[in-house]
Amino acid sequence: MSAAATLDAAKIGPHARVPVLDVRDLSVEFRTRSGLVRALEQVSLAVHRGECVGVVGESGSGKSVTAYAVMRLLDAAGRVTAGDVRFSGIDLLAASDADIADLRGREMSMIFQNPRAALNPIRPVGRQIADVLIRHGGVTRDQAPDRAVQLLAEVGIPDPRRRAHAYPFELSGGMCQRIGIALALACRPALLIADEPTTGLDVTTQAVIMDLVTTLARERGMATVLITHDLGLATEYCDRIVVMHAGHVVESAPTAEIFATPRHPYTAKLIAATPRPGVPLSGLVSIPGNLPDLRATNLAPCRFLARCDRAHADCAVPPLLRQEEEGRMVACRHPL
Amino acid sequence: MTPLLEVTGLHRRFVLPKPGLAQWRAPAPVLHAVDDVSLSVAAGETVGLVGESGCGKSTLARVLARLLDPTEGSIRLNGEEIGSIPAARFGRDATRRAAIQMVFQDAEGSINPRHTAAEAIARPLRQLKGLSGEALRARVTEAATLCGLPTALLSRFPHQLSGGQKARVGIARAIATEPALLVLDEPTSALDVSVQVVILDLLKSLQARMGAAYLFVSHDLNVVRLLCDRVLVMYLGKVMEEGPAEAVFAAPAHPYTRALVGAVSTPGMKRPKRVHLTGEPRSPIDPDPKACRFHGRCPIGTELCARRAPPVHSLPGGRRVACHFPTLPETPANASLEGAPAA
Ligand SMILES: Nc1ncnc2c1ncn2[C@@H]1O[C@H](COP(=O)(O)OP(=O)(O)OP(=O)(O)O)[C@@H](O)[C@H]1O
Ligand SMILES: Nc1ncnc2c1ncn2[C@@H]1O[C@H](COP(=O)(O)OP(=O)(O)OP(=O)(O)O)[C@@H](O)[C@H]1O
Ligand SMILES: [Mg+2]
Ligand SMILES: [Mg+2]
Repeated sequence: MSAAATLDAAKIGPHARVPVLDVRDLSVEFRTRSGLVRALEQVSLAVHRGECVGVVGESGSGKSVTAYAVMRLLDAAGRVTAGDVRFSGIDLLAASDADIADLRGREMSMIFQNPRAALNPIRPVGRQIADVLIRHGGVTRDQAPDRAVQLLAEVGIPDPRRRAHAYPFELSGGMCQRIGIALALACRPALLIADEPTTGLDVTTQAVIMDLVTTLARERGMATVLITHDLGLATEYCDRIVVMHAGHVVESAPTAEIFATPRHPYTAKLIAATPRPGVPLSGLVSIPGNLPDLRATNLAPCRFLARCDRAHADCAVPPLLRQEEEGRMVACRHPL
Repeated sequence: MTPLLEVTGLHRRFVLPKPGLAQWRAPAPVLHAVDDVSLSVAAGETVGLVGESGCGKSTLARVLARLLDPTEGSIRLNGEEIGSIPAARFGRDATRRAAIQMVFQDAEGSINPRHTAAEAIARPLRQLKGLSGEALRARVTEAATLCGLPTALLSRFPHQLSGGQKARVGIARAIATEPALLVLDEPTSALDVSVQVVILDLLKSLQARMGAAYLFVSHDLNVVRLLCDRVLVMYLGKVMEEGPAEAVFAAPAHPYTRALVGAVSTPGMKRPKRVHLTGEPRSPIDPDPKACRFHGRCPIGTELCARRAPPVHSLPGGRRVACHFPTLPETPANASLEGAPAA
């Protein structure tokens, strides 16, 4: 069956129970000159229609790698060693390159962490958006330029008609980021993976962007994976939150619960390190230690072990225990 | 005492290509990225720069770091005029270059893809400080460790690093040479909050030890509040408000600052209502010199704001605000304020 046919079948019921994105036990490794980096190990997450799932966690924990693996954009040194990735029921890891390319343009799109890298440096931004609209969005050549200007306005670029002629280097960091967002949303995808979409944006512009994402989720059922370091943003826009540390999902829970009662020691420490009004720098505690060296062959089952103040002897005994209850998961033998 | 950095009447404009043949007689459009900005930074001081995306923060940062030439205005470092030295010449002058370093907003774009993390950090140390061999290696490792970058990652190339790991390479490179002025453009936005604390602590301790001055560009007001002594709020190329960070955030005098402060979200707390700026933002291209840049989106603007540029009022406590209708902090000193109409 072709990818497109499966997709239509999946779309028939408006309340289809199949998640839009279903990642199960995904493991990814990278070859490097100094050994194999075990970047992801048994990562699972699911996103339903209209839902927004936040992925937060340590820098280097595998958030972007997860996104790349789903989009089949891993670099050549990377390899999926185990797991299953489904988009509306379609097996993405087994799909042909042509089917993936087709899906990527139309049905699932990604906002890249580095906005400039995703843009063509020698083509005016308005044209780049028009190109996508013509290629994947069923927009005619005549309509595309106007529609592109409209999209620039939607992402809050002032004077969009004139700014459409600008090259990426003539725009600010946050503007490039918003061009990337306009490109990703141009074809009204069913799945959006947004990797740090608002890092370079001030709070008022952030609100413009997130409102646009929320509107698409509500009106068209777009499912969103929001990768972010901004726990405030995650609180405000995500239904569920997935916490990653060193290539593992260590906790996942509905947003309100994870902040009220974090269960994994890492999650609790992350929340405690977040700047908030009324707390001086001395009141914020960084998490001791570093990401473990993911090239080691003798990694403990719990990769937080060496940094954890609740560590017990049995934490070093494999396997990593994943406890699930009432829509929550925590990968810890001695949760809070 | 002369401040370390003193900037007066700084402008940076970009001349854009003409839109089409039909208008070949018309003057080329000019984008005003930085428009008449004055500021000063003392040794040991941290000045925050906040404002809307595209308002000119990075352009100002790059001009001050002398990577870009100003169109007009003066930049003095320790009393010496450096604004008139072309950026290319400034870059070749090792002593001057070492005095001002920058952390770039786009960490990935600022690191040569063919250099390992170690080489990226080593380069300025070799070229500006003349370090080599074991001393160089030790200094690179020290800088990386201070920034929370595991040394196991030093042999990696940029494409093998995560976003936050690249950002730490950029920070390590800039602090390694111990500049007198460090310009940081969104240095922590790619970092998780735990690493962010490490970096903020590091900046504080370097400052305490060496009296470095920082110009800190950030959109995260919670971080600005933690780190900065003073803050400048920009909007479309102009400084709208400046003053001690605590005072400005606690009682913003400018309606734009108020919108900005009102839109900050707190982790774990649902906000009842977001402050939205409505209306068309004005264009930075050929802006009307007689109108306030914020007019059109300002919730309290009147037709006066469309025909007269706002005056700059000095408020008690070393604060300044460019607005026809500023909200004044509630102190008795207000009574003596002249020329400021009440909001
Ligand atoms: N090509 C590669 N070769 C080797 N290691 C890699 C490669 N790409 C990524 N990694 C490693 O995989 C891990 C996960 O990286 P990833 O980019 O997913 O982190 P992240 O969670 O997105 O972090 P950040 O928040 O800093 O962006 C990191 O430790 C990184 O160094
Ligand atoms: N080389 C250039 N040519 C033309 N215009 C430019 C150039 N560089 C910057 N600009 C314009 O100057 C303005 C200010 O850009 P700048 O990058 O300084 O903004 P910013 O405040 O740093 O924004 P952000 O928060 O999004 O990074 C923008 O309108 C941008 O398009
Ligand atoms: Mg990443
Ligand atoms: Mg910028």
